[in-house]
Amino acid sequence: MTQIVAEYAQESAASAERTASTSRAPEIAVKADHLYKVFGRRPHDIVKKLEAGASREDLAHLGTAAVIDASFEVRRGEIFVVMGLSGSGKSTLIRMLNGLLDATSGTVTVGDTRITGIPAAKLREVRRQSISMVFQHFALLPHRTVIDNVAYGLEVQGMPRNERLAKARTIIRLVGLDGWADNLPSELSGGMQQRVGLGRALAADTDVLLMDEAFSALDPLIRREMQEQLIELQAELGKTIIFITHDLNEAMFLGDRIAVMRDGRIVQIGTPEEILTDPANDYVAQFVQDVDRARVLTAGSVMEPVRSVVTVTAGPRAALRTMRDLQTSATFVLRRDLSFAGVVRDRDVLKQVKSGHSDLRAIINEATAVSADTALVDLVELAVESDLPIAVVDERNRLLGVIPRVTLLAALGNVTTATGELPVTEPPSTISLSVISETLRETASEGAPL
Amino acid sequence: MNDFRIPLGSWAKAFVEFITENLSFIFDFVRAIFSGAYDVVDLVLAAPPFWVIIIVAVVLGMMIRGWKFAVGTLVGLLVIVGVDQWENAMDSLALILVASVLAIVFSIPLGILAAKSDLASKIIRPILDFMQTMPAFVYLIPALILFRVGVVPGIVATIIFAMAPGVRLTELGIRSVDREVVEAGEAFGASPTRILRQIQLPLAMPTIMAGVNQVIMLSLSMVVIAGMVGAGGLGQQVVAALNRIDVSLGFEAGLAVVILAIFLDRITAALGTGHTPIGQLLAGRKRRRQASVAAASAISEADADMKTPQFAGV
Ligand SMILES: Nc1ncnc2c1ncn2[C@@H]1O[C@H](COP(=O)(O)OP(=O)(O)OP(=O)(O)O)[C@@H](O)[C@H]1O
Ligand SMILES: [Mg+2]
Repeated sequence: MTQIVAEYAQESAASAERTASTSRAPEIAVKADHLYKVFGRRPHDIVKKLEAGASREDLAHLGTAAVIDASFEVRRGEIFVVMGLSGSGKSTLIRMLNGLLDATSGTVTVGDTRITGIPAAKLREVRRQSISMVFQHFALLPHRTVIDNVAYGLEVQGMPRNERLAKARTIIRLVGLDGWADNLPSELSGGMQQRVGLGRALAADTDVLLMDEAFSALDPLIRREMQEQLIELQAELGKTIIFITHDLNEAMFLGDRIAVMRDGRIVQIGTPEEILTDPANDYVAQFVQDVDRARVLTAGSVMEPVRSVVTVTAGPRAALRTMRDLQTSATFVLRRDLSFAGVVRDRDVLKQVKSGHSDLRAIINEATAVSADTALVDLVELAVESDLPIAVVDERNRLLGVIPRVTLLAALGNVTTATGELPVTEPPSTISLSVISETLRETASEGAPL
Repeated sequence: MNDFRIPLGSWAKAFVEFITENLSFIFDFVRAIFSGAYDVVDLVLAAPPFWVIIIVAVVLGMMIRGWKFAVGTLVGLLVIVGVDQWENAMDSLALILVASVLAIVFSIPLGILAAKSDLASKIIRPILDFMQTMPAFVYLIPALILFRVGVVPGIVATIIFAMAPGVRLTELGIRSVDREVVEAGEAFGASPTRILRQIQLPLAMPTIMAGVNQVIMLSLSMVVIAGMVGAGGLGQQVVAALNRIDVSLGFEAGLAVVILAIFLDRITAALGTGHTPIGQLLAGRKRRRQASVAAASAISEADADMKTPQFAGV
């Protein structure tokens, strides 16, 4: 699979180079600017009323405002997900992006062509060269074989038959339909038909791919597989993908950014984590309630600031004092260059202080350190193995934050921990405060003053 | 009250007179073409000995529907020969073929136009209703004036009467092609003509073929009426039998019409569904089996939709 992707990526890159040399591709692949789509007898009047502040319900008797004031920019190479309940206007929005529907008001720009209001022939040119689409119900040509379906976009582009069939064959392998090239779509399962639809869009080799609930007809296993495949493809080919779904987990899994729609309006645009951790309103919050958080949230988004930390040079007494003050049984240790060294436990430090040793390095436990983009689902296992908090470090091994077990559990259960009243300290001290204070006092004369 | 009368009739008369006087060259031209076409087809059908035509028909029946139908065709055509109506039957067949082909040639583009434009559809629809419900005899009167007695007024009246289902089913077929599939064509930048040629027409073909079948059946039903204006053939026999109250001649000529009707109906219906070797050739290659199953159901829906009688007037 991966090998085929790479092979295809090469071909595609070659053609991309050709286009790139003629015109430098802009950073914004698709731009929507105050888009409105109203179905009804006098759509422009309705838009005026909406602009003046009327609500969708107020105008329901005049017509349907399917999309209201949608503005966003999709960057090149981004997977931009539009999510919302049935009837929220997702399909209407995506159909305006390639001009299948005319916007009632507002403009759409694809690459550097403003497609709103351009002549039909020009629009067809943009569709052939820049933007292709995968349909919710596949929309394959039922009287054509798989390979002819996949080659359709190339045929419309005017590529000679042999050339386009050769290219279509590569794509057919890429989407895993080897051996089905000469079958009719009706002889394929739903999942396979959707692969044909995806293949047809990929074959056209446009920069932008529109996908309208492209995976919703697939069973969960194949769906997951297709999602992973899409991400793999996207990483290799750098396509800009605008993906519509009403499945939150799918949105969270695929999206670099997500736009949440409600009743025709975009209520929030943000990364999956922003949407999860900082929903713009109750609607979004409710929407994201039952997402599989363990897969979406990352260590970086739930970690707590590090409180209990000492440097190696500070020595055991400082460590012990920190632990006493924060009432923890362990503290993180940093090296001189501030890189993460490990954890020391209060028991060991106490022993060391009593015995008069002063090198913390002797008693450092190796602690688990993860990167900020690790999914919570991967942290759960680590948390089970050790009762020490998990350290979050950057690529230079510097301590960014810490995830105590409590925080992990709270994040998974969608409970806020940031009440501010109780510092989340874990694990709690195992040695009584008085013992620690006693020891510190006893040894005070030998070492540095308290 | 007696004084009030809308002179619609005299207007129609004035209109016909006007075009007879001023546009007669057009009608002479049309007359020449139609009768020329008829003569050629009639020559092909009536000149060879009857058994040649029968063999061709049986082979055709064999290929299109199988041996049972071929046997039925053989028996039916032999019956026509047996009651001494062969030449008349061939004359009528020629008229039906010419009129049907012309009706189809006119109706399919009109159907496409109606499917593509709501305005055209709104204009064409009532005209079709008018053409189909106006008693067919009425067309004969201006047709007679414009084209004079003979086979041509029969062909013209038949075309007008038989066109409607061709237009309607073409429009229906194209309009009922899955919208998303057409959108897929648009989304990849295909032009309207390419979409028509590569998507809409192929997918509408079963319904269009149902329309063709209906056109042929309606043409057949006009045979007798055409006979009244001198078109000859079986129609003339029926008219003669009517004038002489000749039961036996009437029955024999009528039976010949029925046999022709069944033959043409079964053949064209099979072509539409593509269940047969030739039908498959017409609908596409063999691997397109699946599509034709959908096609068959589309036809039955279309039939139910249009409620056009299969043997109208026979
Ligand atoms: N052609 C149309 N004419 C009238 N109203 C329409 C038309 N197309 C869509 N609508 C209305 O616009 C609204 C948004 O429809 P749209 O298809 O964009 O929703 P959606 O978010 O894609 O829903 P789903 O998840 O069910 O596909 C709906 O209320 C719908 O009834
Ligand atoms: Mg939709």
